[in-house]
Amino acid sequence: MNGPFDFTLALADDALIAAQRLAEWTTRAPEMEEDIALANIALDQLGAARLLLSYAGELEGAGRDEDALAYLRDDREFRNALMVELPNDDFAVTMAKLFFLAAYQLPLYTALAGCADERLAAIGAKARKESAYHLDHGALWVKRLGDGTEESHRRMQAAVDQVWPYTHELFAADPAAPVDPATLRPAFDEVVGPVLTEATLTQPDSAWAPAGGRAGVHTEHLAYLLAEMQVLHRAHPGAKW
Amino acid sequence: MSARSAAQRSPAVANEDGRASARQAAASVVDPEIRVITIDQLGILRAVEEDPASGRVTVTITPTYTGCPAMDVIRADIRRALTAAGHPDAEVRTVYSPPWSTDWISEGGRAKLAAAGIAPPAPVRTTGVVSLTLAVRCPQCGSPETEQVSRFGSTACKALWRCRSCSEPFDHLKAL
Repeated sequence: MNGPFDFTLALADDALIAAQRLAEWTTRAPEMEEDIALANIALDQLGAARLLLSYAGELEGAGRDEDALAYLRDDREFRNALMVELPNDDFAVTMAKLFFLAAYQLPLYTALAGCADERLAAIGAKARKESAYHLDHGALWVKRLGDGTEESHRRMQAAVDQVWPYTHELFAADPAAPVDPATLRPAFDEVVGPVLTEATLTQPDSAWAPAGGRAGVHTEHLAYLLAEMQVLHRAHPGAKW
Repeated sequence: MSARSAAQRSPAVANEDGRASARQAAASVVDPEIRVITIDQLGILRAVEEDPASGRVTVTITPTYTGCPAMDVIRADIRRALTAAGHPDAEVRTVYSPPWSTDWISEGGRAKLAAAGIAPPAPVRTTGVVSLTLAVRCPQCGSPETEQVSRFGSTACKALWRCRSCSEPFDHLKAL
């Protein structure tokens, strides 16, 4: 990455794609309270995404607003980390993604709140309060499933093993950015380690670190997600309701 | 003031009256999702200013949560209230900093929430950690013997709780 535009767009796309994935659970979550919870978290992510996309559009200065950036880019132009575009899979995988994302976004937004860019600082100060709730919710489920039945433990461990390699991309160094993601890794480890331990789960020791999202090289899953997310706007440009 | 016509008032007094009436109109708008409390009591109404020359009113609001879906309705309701109060030329601005906190809910607002069966939030701790262990009193029977059913409720700002004494479920406005 090189400038504030790329950095802001990467954060915006993380939030936007996470929101879209979480919204897929609506009407399908294992219980009604969880259905509402996931929709609420999706709404928080969407709120942050809108602020970040609007600001990214201003930084770019090419006349693109939040809608143009969300609905009229193809997958190669998206800058989200691969983790957020992975399919929801079973509930444990969704919770692993939710937990790891919140454990990254909370220190990220906290650091942003103190950065020199006033707009990013305001967004960070607002979003970090919401991230604290997401982190709590994800941690609660990781512990509940990990330290639950034999079957829930097996599936939560499998989910952690499956998602863990994708966490590394979140912390790829970018010294020129308003907040260098590499500096957030210790805070992430500090939160994640004890929760996994309490959940009787084993922290994976995998060196495999799939990446490419920040450069627009995505998994095959993103294009399908975008097709669903963008179809209405592309079929009816400028549609409002 | 009732004894004096508007023409007799000095411009400064007229401006002050205009600003006060605009402020009153904006402050009377109720939250569309929690209709017992006004946007002023909720603490999301940040400022009401009137340009003395043009009479144009600028209202500044801030969302409770970034993704609050009620913002468009709130903006429309503010413009409608101002028009009804004689301020048709109004602009509603949205700011995000400083971020809204449940500490901005007024005492009157807290009482209204409780009366409507919504447990008001506890003061926000400044450590940055969200505490979920504070006792929340049941708004129906006042018992502190309550439990959280889900930390996310019917709107972004509420959690779902249940009273172990009277068995009633209730909403709790989350400290933020």
